[in-house]
Amino acid sequence: MSANPVEYSDIQGLVRFGYGALTQASFLLLEIRDRRAAAAWLASAPVSNAVELDTPPQTALQVALTYPGLQTLGVPQPVLAGFSDEFQSGMWGQENRSRRLGDVGASAPAAWTWGGPDKVPHVVVMAYAQRAVDTFIDSIKGAAWDTAFRFIESLSTTDLDGVEPFGFTDGISQPTLDWERRRTTEDQLKYTNVACLGEFLLGYANEYGHYTDRPLLTNDPGNSSLPTAEDAPDMRDLGRNGTYLVLRQIQQDVRGFWQFVNGQAGGDPQTRERLASAMVGRTRDGEPLAPLSNSPIPGVTPGKPSNQFTYDSDVDGTRCPFGAHVRRSNPRNADFPDGTTGFFSKIAYDLGLKHVEIRQDIKSSTRFHRLLRRGREYGPALSPEQALQPGYPDKAEHGLHFICLNANLSRQFEFVQSAWIMSSKFNGMTGETDPLLGNRLPVANAQPTDSFLLSQESGLARRISGVPRFVTVRGGAYFFLPGIKALKFLATAYGAK
Amino acid sequence: MTPQSNLMVLAPVASGRAPELRKLLSTMNRSPGIVDPENTLVPFGRLSSVHFARFIVLEDLTTNEVAAYGVQPGNYPIYLAFMADFDGERDAFTGELVRIAGAGLQQIFSYCEGFSQNTDLRSWMAANNVPIATNYVNWIGRTSRQVGEESALHTALAGYVVQNAAGLAGLQPQQVHERLRQYIRSEQQSGRLSLTPAAPTPLGWHIRNLAHCVGVLLVLLLLLPFLLVYLPFFLIMLRRAEKSDPAISYRVNLEHANQLSLIEDHDVTNQFTVIGSLKPGWFPRSTLVFVLWVANWTTRHFYNRARLARISTIHFARWVFMDGKKRLVFASNYDASLEGYMDDFINKVGFGLNLVFGVGVGYPRTRFLILDGAKDEQKFKYVLRRHELPTDVWYNAHPGLTALDRHRNSMIREGLEQDSLSDIEARQWLQLI
Repeated sequence: MSANPVEYSDIQGLVRFGYGALTQASFLLLEIRDRRAAAAWLASAPVSNAVELDTPPQTALQVALTYPGLQTLGVPQPVLAGFSDEFQSGMWGQENRSRRLGDVGASAPAAWTWGGPDKVPHVVVMAYAQRAVDTFIDSIKGAAWDTAFRFIESLSTTDLDGVEPFGFTDGISQPTLDWERRRTTEDQLKYTNVACLGEFLLGYANEYGHYTDRPLLTNDPGNSSLPTAEDAPDMRDLGRNGTYLVLRQIQQDVRGFWQFVNGQAGGDPQTRERLASAMVGRTRDGEPLAPLSNSPIPGVTPGKPSNQFTYDSDVDGTRCPFGAHVRRSNPRNADFPDGTTGFFSKIAYDLGLKHVEIRQDIKSSTRFHRLLRRGREYGPALSPEQALQPGYPDKAEHGLHFICLNANLSRQFEFVQSAWIMSSKFNGMTGETDPLLGNRLPVANAQPTDSFLLSQESGLARRISGVPRFVTVRGGAYFFLPGIKALKFLATAYGAK
Repeated sequence: MTPQSNLMVLAPVASGRAPELRKLLSTMNRSPGIVDPENTLVPFGRLSSVHFARFIVLEDLTTNEVAAYGVQPGNYPIYLAFMADFDGERDAFTGELVRIAGAGLQQIFSYCEGFSQNTDLRSWMAANNVPIATNYVNWIGRTSRQVGEESALHTALAGYVVQNAAGLAGLQPQQVHERLRQYIRSEQQSGRLSLTPAAPTPLGWHIRNLAHCVGVLLVLLLLLPFLLVYLPFFLIMLRRAEKSDPAISYRVNLEHANQLSLIEDHDVTNQFTVIGSLKPGWFPRSTLVFVLWVANWTTRHFYNRARLARISTIHFARWVFMDGKKRLVFASNYDASLEGYMDDFINKVGFGLNLVFGVGVGYPRTRFLILDGAKDEQKFKYVLRRHELPTDVWYNAHPGLTALDRHRNSMIREGLEQDSLSDIEARQWLQLI
């Protein structure tokens, strides 16, 4: 693999950093009011890049645009057509997509506070700061801000110290990006946590060794500020160093969650804690329920909470339920069933010559379906104990501004959300969807999906039925998080015209 | 065991009448993608032995792509295809079909060339039934009735287990097995559940099956010397073609994609129909004829127990040549959404996709027939989606049940019908519920 160095200075910092030290964050959803004024602001916005600094920054700014945003900015149709179908039609833009993502019933786009029909923002300005994020926002607005943009909504966030509203440590497992570009794309016989850059950045080779489609422009002098396309050296790459950003506002019913779990546990604190952990697949402080692996996993740094595990030693799901949230969202499998050793055993599987158990080899290989998560919580903290107190004052909304980055929306975010999280048939299961995120609506032939199964060593699983819905999607959109040169190019070459 | 058979009636639609026909077919749906099993034209729900069925107007949108090879595109008619997978002999099925839906079928087929009010429906369908090059059945011998009964069995067991959780908790796995056997026996006696024993396998089928199994192998053996002599020439021609054939990789028209997705994912199972031209010339054609002929042997005699190589999500599938083997239709019934289906294919049977679709016009460049090709993931997905056509009417006799569900339910029944299980067997059996 060619080891062209990565242009950190052209990549928005969020791809490389979570900005965890910048505990204050606010996401401004904007509509472009005046194209030229907006372009002028975008062209000069002090967007933070991915260069590692000696002294950590005190603030950071990221900017991303939706498809209607690019249209409004004046990006011509042939260029827009180079973006992916999913981005073009948008998160809510297709009935089928909403079905697959589980955005139906109470989570249907028609009821969203933002991002639904006629409410799609054009731009998201993401501001991060160590303190006083509002002051930081004021400082970046500039004189023409109000001419340029119409303010739609500000998504404020809360620092819950790495814990999501239900009370679980979050964001523990992230893919390790292959910044050195050493990764090859041959068959993976073991689970690895290292991912090709092309899975998270356009313009780089992905896990198939190919370049995900994105707008490529001719080599005209007017386009010379853009990087050259690696896979087409006579073209300029508008996508390079950019990626797609998924933003979803997910309201969490913290009281509902703990009250249900408590009810199932008959009020016993330990049983309650165990059941809640089983639904997540990790304890509240993040330790996995699946047994830790003895051998190291590429791209996993040892530490606590641990990521050094797969589900190969828990094939019956008795340690970590099959349906647990983390087991659904990252099944940690490789291209072939566990124990495949080399050429001949691969061939034996390929030709179906090996006996496989009914649940074996039915999941898609994880490496093609990874997400880089960058979400932030919102709403005040509410501990499980407070959530269980009958009269505890709790007027505010709690939730997560789910954010993930990926180069291929359909193969990554949409696949994980639909085939793994929302599917009532994932991994040979039946009658259940994700215990935290499922919408509990029945599937074909009125089959219920509101169960949660706890496999038992004695054989019969314990089935918990009537699990209520704990989350409601309140808004969402697909954004393009461009490379910094591409952002300036979009603003100057199209927006300013 | 009752083996499965299939029907594929293929007839050109009378010139200019395709839009009307589509309109008529759409009246069989409650809404796009959701059939009314009791619709007045063909009330599929009343057919006792059917698994899957579909009506589709085959209007190839990609016929012009062959021009990239310097060949005049063929002027193909628009076809109507009616496909069904069912238990037992074709004659019995068409008999029942004509009895239940004769008038509706008359009305539908009257849009086809050469069909009039005086045409005898059964003999017309038989005359227009096309041979299938490769046919795939997920589990040869599992009847539609059995799928329904075993699903009811699973539901009953799962319900009993939840309601009697406390009483079962202290028991050993073998005791639980016995208790569940007693429960099901009483359910059967009261008529709430039935588990019809498998019918004896027809002798004629056994003989034909064995003859096919041995016959194909014998022919292969006889051909072997010729194949070996042919191999170097084949490889030279293959590599030359693979290096020079144009790969066509334009994106899918968004409107077309939207039309397809509108009818998808209403059930956990989906339909899929693609049509396309073979690369011109005798070489791609003979290659595919041979490949599908061998593939059909493997699906009939080997991949007939829940998996097609590594794929466990296909219920029924078929590859059918059209128009003098210039075009091919592939139709399947698969679990999950299209993206998952295609990923599963690319990652698990990429070589197989290259074998059976690699000689199609516009397919991503292959190497030695089985390498690369589908691994060019996005281009492969574009090609499939471009060649895919919206299925006008699609019927699944058992919505909500994946192929794996059906397999698991059969395993549950198998275990239930054992008088006794060892401790480990009982444990594993209980895990299935």
